[in-house]
Amino acid sequence: MRAPPLPRALSSRAPTLLFAAALVALPLVLPNAYYFDVAIRIAVNATLAIALNLLIGYAGQISLGHAAFFGLGAYGSAILVGAFGWPPLAALLASAAAVGALAYLVGRAILRLEGHYLAMATLGLGVVASIALSNEVALTGGPDGMAVPDFSVFGWRLAGERSWYWAFAALLVAAILIAGNLVDSPAGRALRALHGSQTAARTLGVDAASFKTRVFVLSAVAAAFVGSLYGHYEGFVTPGLAAFPKSVQLVTMVVVGGMASIWGSVLGAALLSLAPELLARFEGYETIGYGAILVATMIFLPRGIAPSLAARFGRKAA
Amino acid sequence: MGRLSRAGSAWRASLAAAALILAGCAAHAAEPIKIGSVLSATGPAAYLGDPELKTLQIYVDRINAEGGLLGRPIKLVAYDDGSEAAQANGFAKRLIEDDRVDALIGGSTTGSTMAMYPLAERAEIPFVSLAAGVVISEPVKKWLFKVAHSDRMAAERVFADATKRGLTKIALLSETSGFGQSGRKETLVAAAKAGVAILADETYGPKDADVTAQLAKIRGVDGVQAIFVFGMGEGPAVVAKDIAQLGITLPVYQSHGVASAEFIRLAGAAAEGERFPAAAILIPEQLDPADPQRAVLSDYVALFVAKTGGDVSTFGGHARDAFFIWKAAVERAGSVDKAKVRDEIEKTTGFVGTGGLVSMSPQDHLGLSASAFRMIEIRDGKWRLAD
Amino acid sequence: MANGGWRTDLSSGFGARAPKPDSAFFRRDGNPAVSQFLQLIFAGVTVGATYALSALGFSIIYNASGVINFAQGEFIMLGGMIAASLAATGAPLPLAVVGAVAATALIGFIVAKLAIAPAREADATALVIITIGVSMVLRGGVETTLGKGGRALPPFSGDKPIAFAGAAVLPQSLWALATTLVVVAALALFFARTRLGKGILATAHNRLAAELVGIDTRRVLSMSFVLSAGLGALGGVLIAPIANASYDAGVMLGLKGFVAAAIGGLGSGVGAVVGGLALGLMESMTAGYFSSAYKDAVAIVVVLVILLVRPSGLFGAARGGGT
Repeated sequence: MRAPPLPRALSSRAPTLLFAAALVALPLVLPNAYYFDVAIRIAVNATLAIALNLLIGYAGQISLGHAAFFGLGAYGSAILVGAFGWPPLAALLASAAAVGALAYLVGRAILRLEGHYLAMATLGLGVVASIALSNEVALTGGPDGMAVPDFSVFGWRLAGERSWYWAFAALLVAAILIAGNLVDSPAGRALRALHGSQTAARTLGVDAASFKTRVFVLSAVAAAFVGSLYGHYEGFVTPGLAAFPKSVQLVTMVVVGGMASIWGSVLGAALLSLAPELLARFEGYETIGYGAILVATMIFLPRGIAPSLAARFGRKAA
Repeated sequence: MGRLSRAGSAWRASLAAAALILAGCAAHAAEPIKIGSVLSATGPAAYLGDPELKTLQIYVDRINAEGGLLGRPIKLVAYDDGSEAAQANGFAKRLIEDDRVDALIGGSTTGSTMAMYPLAERAEIPFVSLAAGVVISEPVKKWLFKVAHSDRMAAERVFADATKRGLTKIALLSETSGFGQSGRKETLVAAAKAGVAILADETYGPKDADVTAQLAKIRGVDGVQAIFVFGMGEGPAVVAKDIAQLGITLPVYQSHGVASAEFIRLAGAAAEGERFPAAAILIPEQLDPADPQRAVLSDYVALFVAKTGGDVSTFGGHARDAFFIWKAAVERAGSVDKAKVRDEIEKTTGFVGTGGLVSMSPQDHLGLSASAFRMIEIRDGKWRLAD
Repeated sequence: MANGGWRTDLSSGFGARAPKPDSAFFRRDGNPAVSQFLQLIFAGVTVGATYALSALGFSIIYNASGVINFAQGEFIMLGGMIAASLAATGAPLPLAVVGAVAATALIGFIVAKLAIAPAREADATALVIITIGVSMVLRGGVETTLGKGGRALPPFSGDKPIAFAGAAVLPQSLWALATTLVVVAALALFFARTRLGKGILATAHNRLAAELVGIDTRRVLSMSFVLSAGLGALGGVLIAPIANASYDAGVMLGLKGFVAAAIGGLGSGVGAVVGGLALGLMESMTAGYFSSAYKDAVAIVVVLVILLVRPSGLFGAARGGGT
């Protein structure tokens, strides 16, 4: 995998501000709650894709099991609030922290693997997580999942598509800003050096193992955080949130949008979340259509959509 | 995962014909009545969702050809949740908010039904589910109705038959799917009540190629008198074949998840002698000629086979029942006002469905009794009433 | 029906049971623990044979091009589905089997030409996405043309189980095992003796050097897909009489094949077979002795342990890892 190009200094926050403004204006054109639901799903997937992109695109570590963190975060909140009566905010933080701890332990063990071996390990872990969620019926409600109570902070309840839209939109903008900062920081440059060549990076004093673990944990915590909130929004969680197809969907969004490109992740998430809704009119050919889109995109735009577009228009990918 | 409608020019021809008839009937274009449907047309539950979808399409077309409902055409808006409960939730939102449907018929699985119900409740829209889980109607939910026998009824029916034959020590083999696990839970409850001992409690995956390992374990347990398999679709067929392979001669009970010709086709000779509870739709010609269900069933079976050439199953029958219960309620209410239709559905009495006689009440949103479940045995590759 | 003979005596159970092996071997005396163990071995090896063929497919393509072919499972599915469809139209079984393998091999060729070759210069991750897309196209294609229902394939030589020390083996299982062994031997010869085979190995070691000595690496790529598709289809045809075929059978089979290849070492033929059989045995032993609910998980945990201890798998080249 090639290392991503160096970005210009991100002192110009213009693209992010423009995006935030667009998000604020969007509710004015969305006709009904269903469209808000679609927008929320895009925002959730985009946030997850950004988190995953830090791992895959910038640090060059493939993960085929990332949905497990998303699902575990969702179930953590669901169980703590639903079964043990915790306040949702505390459950959210505790769940994210627990997933972070798990990611740390797991990461230390498997991140020294490379390439396909790492892919296999992450895939395996993801599958084990979703099997566990499906089998532990007493705790998790089994294959049909469990209900999640509403999210409330000090008596104020967050409910309804419109309110949640603001929450997830804010989260997405925050993710873009944080990821942007990280990429541009010394830590970020160390990440990209790692991606280019671990040996070279080590000679420059970069502690490869430590960095990889840190990115892995950060990426996992972000996914768990989003997962918890998503569980509250949907009102229920199922093992499918942690399963292999969801992990594949996330990796696809990252790669199709453009690895090592934050805007690429947003674009990839938007496109691949909308595609099933648009393809829904083609009566049984959706699977073929979706697959064909994937194949065609990767053949003609192998670096992903955003970097290819940026290259065409002469700008460097963000 | 998406919008569904029929394939093939035969369908388009009948739609064209229906359109012409409608154009002839209606002096001015009438606003269609919309039914929203989220079904599992793909994925592991396609076994249920596919006949359900086809059945709904057949009847919507037929009613439209006969002039529609309350003088208005019916439009079926159907989405495929791919057997994923989370998808069902999203499509339910789309149906309620964007497509603005007047009623919901669907939820092939208990998981998808329960995922959609909070939305239906919030929007106060009547929702008739096609799934079997006992949680759908217990406790009763104001806007949710059910037409399928529950998994608890299936377990109770099986144990009634088993105890009648002196079989009180059973080995349970349940599928890890939602259907199987919900069934397992209800089986354990029903077993305690019926005085049946569950000596072994194994599971298998819906896509497993081989269950001889689990069966070898069951065979090693002393005193097992019968095996009860709780699964649906292709899994139970593999179990049946493996039971035959191991030469196990114990009586085998299946759940209502095998109530389709596909099971016999896939299991072949191995299905011989197995028993399962099912609605009478599988054996209409063996019913008493005076049985009110007989005419309804024969008509449905003939229509379904003629239009689709597909396997008859109880699941398609549930879709038919749901549609006609709703339609009758609309006719009684005289409008598609959601609250009025809901009240009328709740007042359904003496409705002759493929599942049995339905009489609902504010405390009972299923309306089927356990006697609506018949015990069927597979003999010579065909279904036989076993009572 | 497979065997034609429906018995109607109402002696055991409620009615007739399927054809039984000679009951003498099924007395419950003799050592039940041994017979259970043997039964688990047979179960594991039967399913393991399909995993082995799937893993071989992964390894061959990986060797030829470095691509992890996530559509490998769909090749297995296509084998079973096409054979079942051909048999349903009345074709004799051998013709259906050969036809299915040939048709799938052709599909593999098309996939290589249309989807993989144009993207040769792309990232490994991009290639993974392409194979995922291909698997969706294949799955969707079967769904829309052949429908969603399951299909049965008649077993090759009947379904009367063979009794062996208290365990029952289906003749089909023996077919699966024997065919796999024959295929592995044939492949060994292929790679050692034929030009194309040696060309594939050379490309695996060093594509540039292979091109320099005049090996057509594009042909190597498409031939490796043809071979892997054919192998997968063969696996599908072997298991379809036991497990039934359906349009979505490929997902799990592909995943398990990948796991098996990882156990044995990606790129190693012997490893693929050992890995496949080992995976099948692990699953059946777990289901038989521990918890049937976690049998899939146990296999994966074992893979993870192997990856941590010896990432290149049991027989892979002892590298630290690598793309």
